[in-house]
Amino acid sequence: MTSAEATQTPGAGRQSNEGAIFLIAPAVVLLVAFLIIPFLLAIGLSLTSQRLVSPLPLRFVGLENYARTLSDPAFWQALSNNVSFALVVPTTQTVLGLGLALMVNQPLRGITIFRTIYFLPVVMVLAVVSVLWRLLFAQGGMINAGIGAVAGGSFEVNWLHDPALAFPAVMIMSIWQNVGFQMILLLAGLQAIPADLYEAARVDGANGRQLFRHITLPGVRNTLIFVMTISVVTSFLLFDQPYVMTGGGPAGATQTLMLLMTQVGFVEQRIGQASAIAVIFFVIVLGVALISRRFGPRMSEAN
Amino acid sequence: MSRGRSRRRVGGLVVRYGLLLIVAAVFVVPLLVMFVGSVKPDRDVLTESTSLKAFWPTQIENNYADAIATSQFGRLLANSLIVSGSVVLLGTFVNSMAGYALAWVPFKGRRLLLGVVVALVIVPFQAVAIPLLLIVSNLQIVDSYLVQILPFIASPFFIFLFYSFFLGLPRELFEASRIDGAGVVRAYISIALPLIKPAIATSAILSFLASWGGLLWPVMVTRSVDVRPVTVGLSQVAGFLPTQWGDIMAMSVAISLPILVVFLIFQPAFIRSIASSGLKG
Repeated sequence: MTSAEATQTPGAGRQSNEGAIFLIAPAVVLLVAFLIIPFLLAIGLSLTSQRLVSPLPLRFVGLENYARTLSDPAFWQALSNNVSFALVVPTTQTVLGLGLALMVNQPLRGITIFRTIYFLPVVMVLAVVSVLWRLLFAQGGMINAGIGAVAGGSFEVNWLHDPALAFPAVMIMSIWQNVGFQMILLLAGLQAIPADLYEAARVDGANGRQLFRHITLPGVRNTLIFVMTISVVTSFLLFDQPYVMTGGGPAGATQTLMLLMTQVGFVEQRIGQASAIAVIFFVIVLGVALISRRFGPRMSEAN
Repeated sequence: MSRGRSRRRVGGLVVRYGLLLIVAAVFVVPLLVMFVGSVKPDRDVLTESTSLKAFWPTQIENNYADAIATSQFGRLLANSLIVSGSVVLLGTFVNSMAGYALAWVPFKGRRLLLGVVVALVIVPFQAVAIPLLLIVSNLQIVDSYLVQILPFIASPFFIFLFYSFFLGLPRELFEASRIDGAGVVRAYISIALPLIKPAIATSAILSFLASWGGLLWPVMVTRSVDVRPVTVGLSQVAGFLPTQWGDIMAMSVAISLPILVVFLIFQPAFIRSIASSGLKG
């Protein structure tokens, strides 16, 4: 910022201004049209009876859409699913990610091959990973067979059709898909810890567990907070996995805020009501981001 | 003594590699199932997935031809390629131009604009998708390429990425060009663009992945096979009963293969790019 300000010389006159407008105009126009206006519209529409296509005149309904949303059991089921996802998946991913990062940080020949393999699912398309795991979770599929083989008997549950198991299945698949992301960031954090810290502690007679607790963990603390924050925020964006794997079922067991929003706004064409859900969703995302900023560093400082 | 120690070292290595390999299997096995399943008959994909046959087709079937014939999968691939290619190409220019102006070209309201861009980074597309659906419906541009491209060209995150990158370049470069009398636009094209290849790579990789894998928006704004992307096509075919696992796996491979190949070639750039974002969860 400072260096940019320094270039603001008095002599830089109209020519610069015109050039700047040419450079910046496309972005400004597009951001206004596709982000700022729709964002303000979401707030406005959430106070109206707007439908996607309707012969009825538009009515101002005040907070009715919010009241209706907050008294809708489907909304609370969706929210509680998103919250439990946010509690379980980021934590598990981060713990496993740290484990993987420690594994692929060993000075072994060919270790980069393992890094690549663990990272592979991160670049996969979510819809593809979702159909793939539908196959793995199917009755008579690989996961049941695997559990049966380990437990030494036959094991047969219908993961995606069992209300108690469907959402855990979505969580397992999501952890598998994105744990490599946490691993890569934590690996960078591990490698930023100066090696002489470990040397000095070892000279003082510290054992492996003490090294981990007093050097490794504090060393990657900022990265841990950063990756946790990102995955907590994205927990509330959850859409592709339940859309493809379960469609939100069975009996709403895998319902999420984003599924509900598209259901209400697109399928039922109730734009006003869906806008209220969008606003609530945004407030949650903003809240998570603000809370996490209080606890830790921002993106630029994490690595 | 020394022999005992070296034997212990070998033992340690075996344990370490063994553990690495077991974990690797967790990540590789589903992908292998996908690749092998793509050339199996529909019914074999599931029934053979519980034994070692999961990794070997007992019978070969060309599901790729089937997917192209019955689901017009070739068309879907072309649609996705057109949409994602346009988003990447246009986005690179629009966002880097804005980032350059914000970093190096003095103009009125620059600091305010920078503040707005930073604030907008926090707004997820999902929060504006519903009102945007109403807008594009009223403009009657649903079910087109345009409606899938336009909203994703300008991105506050990428503008900020380019802005930060430009700030890191030596100021003298741009001052010299100003003394030369070169216009800011010419300075952007001839001096700035060639210097920011890493930032271009990052934004290209990230916006391609987001666009290629996008599902929520195209589900709402595409109706016909003429413009439908692969992700929507895949999720539709996955909903048919009885499940055509062979076709589904073939489509999955075709969707994944381009990304996997590019990833394996440009691995460091890829990993660095994704690490700099919070792409998915």
